[in-house]
Amino acid sequence: MLCDNCGKNEAEVHLTQIVDNEMTTVHLCPSCAADKGLDTGSTKNLPLTDFLAQMGQAALAEEEREVAGPCSYCHTTVDDFRRTGRLGCPHCYSVYESQLRAILRRIHGSTYHLGKVYVPPASEAADRAARLAGLRRKLQRAIEAEDFERAAVIRDQIRELEATIDA
Amino acid sequence: MMTPLDFASMPDFGLTWLQASGPDCDIVLSTRVRIARNLQGYPFSGRAKPTDRTAILTTVREVLDRTSPVTEAVYVEIDRLEPRERQLLLERHLVSRELLGRESGDPPSFAALVNSAQEPVGLMINEEDHLRLQSLTSGFSPHETWRFVDTLDEELGSQLPYAFHHEFGHLTSCPTNCGTGLRASVLIHLPGLVLTKEINKVLQGISQVGLTFRGLYGEGSEVVGNLFQVSNQTTLGKSEEDLIDHLQKIVGQVIEYERQARAVLVRDAPSVIEDKVWRAYGLLRHARALGFDEMMNLLSGVRLGLSLKLLPALSVYVLNRIMIFAQNAHLEQAVAGALSGSELDIQRANYVRSALAEAEAIDR
Repeated sequence: MLCDNCGKNEAEVHLTQIVDNEMTTVHLCPSCAADKGLDTGSTKNLPLTDFLAQMGQAALAEEEREVAGPCSYCHTTVDDFRRTGRLGCPHCYSVYESQLRAILRRIHGSTYHLGKVYVPPASEAADRAARLAGLRRKLQRAIEAEDFERAAVIRDQIRELEATIDA
Repeated sequence: MMTPLDFASMPDFGLTWLQASGPDCDIVLSTRVRIARNLQGYPFSGRAKPTDRTAILTTVREVLDRTSPVTEAVYVEIDRLEPRERQLLLERHLVSRELLGRESGDPPSFAALVNSAQEPVGLMINEEDHLRLQSLTSGFSPHETWRFVDTLDEELGSQLPYAFHHEFGHLTSCPTNCGTGLRASVLIHLPGLVLTKEINKVLQGISQVGLTFRGLYGEGSEVVGNLFQVSNQTTLGKSEEDLIDHLQKIVGQVIEYERQARAVLVRDAPSVIEDKVWRAYGLLRHARALGFDEMMNLLSGVRLGLSLKLLPALSVYVLNRIMIFAQNAHLEQAVAGALSGSELDIQRANYVRSALAEAEAIDR
């Protein structure tokens, strides 16, 4: 499809507008789009990416840019995110937490997940229960060995762990 | 048990929704729900190395046999398919463009589609997110469709450690999907609103209440044949049930408006509508060459006529079938060879003529 404006280049920007209940679609090549003030950036064909990138920039302006990143796990930088609109790994959500909070609020109007609560297969509760069982076995062995100093330490550890479960 | 995909022995793979058995199926063709999930401990797909991708695929495959909705399933690794077969999956709306990778390049390795043999539910593996659980059903049934996905999610989530954040919910590669990761959409036919010129008002309305619309093939695709895909815009800050309820309510209203618009057309311009419907039918029934968009627009007229009971007993099923099987890759598959643009249009017209002739013969 050729550009509606110049009729020479291939149209790559498809702009749909609704004005006074009339929907119009224009197909433009990147240079005509730029002339009309439509900033499509380098990631053409990905309007969502641009959208996110702009929001990313806006959010970053609010924060000190140097503060966050790159992600220590996947090495995704702020620029990577701005360019692609994609995060690199789950850990990025912690690294860029404050910027993301602003972005999420703008996309979704909220930052709080109100859907199903996910309980991972090896849940923390299960981990604690397993650790507790291990400590109790250790305590038993310490008592059997009449190592009461050690037994006292283990007993305190058990009490601490039990308290976190009660809480 | 995982069965490999064989189009020769399963010509209707993934097409149960065509049967047009669901609620309001004369207006809503299908309902789709998908949720995005990622596994803890791996980078998202964009950063994943081949070793990550194999590990993810292997980990997921291992639990599928113990995951009730997909214990009996068709399992397809994308790079094992012929290019035309990959296109067939896309034309059936079973995979995303993202899963297939760029058209010019090699297909991505370790990307797979799993489709239950028992229920209309399955998942894509190593898509934009590690997992995309999805269900596609006939007619307008958001709650039922969500339940299929929900069940699969509960089963998989109890065996696989998902990346989950206490505040942000399920973590996704793109922040537009995080939280519930849920996108519910309906493919809806709105010729009444288009003909009465009310459509822009309606589309504007839905975008003001947190819904969005796209064309037939999803993001970035154009609207053809008066078919709109309406879906939720946001995924965070609302529960899954609320998102589904909202779509149910708003699309329910759109269906109501569409029925009213059709009633107005029949009341104010019955002969014009009848003529439009029969012309569309006549062209489809007799044309010798049909472009895809042209066919879709004519099918829209016929679909409207069927819903208004202006046409003799043709079924929505026949029209749904034509819509899928008269697409390019399907036409090429039928003749087992590549077709040029004009050959495709001729083949398409042949297919449509014979499908309608067959339906007429059954009617007699």
